[in-house]
Amino acid sequence: MRFKFWGVRGSIATPGPKTVRYGGNTTCIEIRGASNELVILDAGTGIFQLGNTLAPEFPININIFLSHTHWDHIQGLPMFSPIFVPGNKITIHGAMDIVSQHSVKEVLSRQMEHAYFPVKETELAAELSYVDLQENDCIEFGETRVTNCLLNHPVLNFGYRVESAGKSLVFTGDHEWPYNIYDQTDPEYGAYQEIINARRQKIIDFFKDVDALIIDTSYDDIEYEQSKVGWGHGTFDKSIAAAKESSVKKCYLTHHEPTRSDDELEDLYFAALERNDISDSDPEFILAKEGVEFLA
Amino acid sequence: MQIIHEDLLAMVEAMPAFPQGVSKVLDLCSKADCSPKDLVSVVERDPVLAMRVLKLVNSPFIGLSQPISSISHGVAYVGMNTIKNIALTVAAIGMLPRENKANFDMDEFLQHSLGTAAVCKRMAGLKGVKETNSADYFLAGLLHDFGKVILVRQMPDQFSEALEEAQKKKLALDAAERMIYKIDHAEIGAVLAAHWALPEGLIRAIRYHHSAGDLSNPSLLEQIVMAGNLVVHRLGFGSSGNYYPAELPKSIIKNLGMNIDEIISAIGDTDSLFADAKAFAST
Ligand SMILES: [Zn+2]
Ligand SMILES: [Zn+2]
Repeated sequence: MRFKFWGVRGSIATPGPKTVRYGGNTTCIEIRGASNELVILDAGTGIFQLGNTLAPEFPININIFLSHTHWDHIQGLPMFSPIFVPGNKITIHGAMDIVSQHSVKEVLSRQMEHAYFPVKETELAAELSYVDLQENDCIEFGETRVTNCLLNHPVLNFGYRVESAGKSLVFTGDHEWPYNIYDQTDPEYGAYQEIINARRQKIIDFFKDVDALIIDTSYDDIEYEQSKVGWGHGTFDKSIAAAKESSVKKCYLTHHEPTRSDDELEDLYFAALERNDISDSDPEFILAKEGVEFLA
Repeated sequence: MQIIHEDLLAMVEAMPAFPQGVSKVLDLCSKADCSPKDLVSVVERDPVLAMRVLKLVNSPFIGLSQPISSISHGVAYVGMNTIKNIALTVAAIGMLPRENKANFDMDEFLQHSLGTAAVCKRMAGLKGVKETNSADYFLAGLLHDFGKVILVRQMPDQFSEALEEAQKKKLALDAAERMIYKIDHAEIGAVLAAHWALPEGLIRAIRYHHSAGDLSNPSLLEQIVMAGNLVVHRLGFGSSGNYYPAELPKSIIKNLGMNIDEIISAIGDTDSLFADAKAFAST
């Protein structure tokens, strides 16, 4: 299984000289299964460039899995060229919006309303279909299977586990490790902590032993504690702890904070490796970088 | 009587929450630093808000692998922001009017529901239920009479007839209801809860809160909700419109090892137990 990052930035695209090394596009990952079947995880602005490389394979079958429908994970979709070409088959999987009870199709068709985009969803030439995923659904095509796990973000967010011919990868989408909403002195603290612990264990089991864990690591831990609790994102120390605990082989840190320059990002990364005492027996930790392809 | 039909369901979808819950949700959410635990405590004290959250988080559309049986459990699974938005959506509908055609006192009813919730939770503790599960008992106590909220809104004339007949004939309210419209609030609440795919244990606790004694093998939750309801009646805390409730069956007294009076003395200081319910319901 091969995978390539087409966007690693969180929240908003950040082109410019300070982000040129790691990249400024928002989340998009291309995965190729054992028989070259194409899976795309998230449709941030990075999917535009990816789409432009696919023409030689038309007509093509594409399975897109959206972690969630925040802008930075769907914004590239209307500009993804394969959707305009007849013969292409594109299936978009994701979680429905639980608050409004809207399906993925309904949520996405809004971003193509005429005030936002000149082409109507119904005018797209490719054969488009939508799947509202339920927790623990298993989608299979070719030698590849995709399972999911509900993670913690302000909207429903599915993490995905992609397996193909014995290799495996997990992508979290956006995820903040659930924390106890009670104070230690509250009577509810203990019971809530048990729920949180069980929830964490379920997620660790989902990550277990994968060849590649791609995990939301938006914040430095100090910045998180100071002002980002409840925003729905991970931190260096929490990602590192989870990767160690679930014995993954390699861990790719992504969803880089948009105000972060490449130099600042690396500084935080080096400091985190140091602080967490990374040794030979630990997973390898890598900063996700736009345009770079890896083998799982 | 085919009572749960599509338009009833649609009407329930659009049902506003209690004024106490709505004003607290709006107040909390207008602050930039809306405290998660404060919001949870409001949602888990308003029967309509609680029901709506449970309904959405247990929705077959997301098919969570585990049934969600308490609000805090829901927060840990779908996240605080989702719960907040569900609460705001319900709050935006408006408030349950205090006056209704059935002449049913909603403030007294809210106190009854909250009182039963508190007693059920305390009884669960007395019976050795783990802290983690005690929220399920609180919620089952809160929601046991949810069927009455439906009746007040959708069938006020028949419900008020049942209330009057029960008084006049010295009948248990559920018996008067079956006499008049062939179904009672326990069954209505349970059918709705089942339609919304709420956890099985909760549906049963609602369905059997007047009849757990008829079951060959009632669960602890079913028995505690049945007894808890009667404890709150005996103590005269709030009112659910039921002035002649049936006695607690012998089999349940035996299983729990306590009759109503013994439960009341085991519970201890009811003033402090109900203080929270009073504070919530009287604002
Ligand atoms: Zn994001
Ligand atoms: Zn997001």
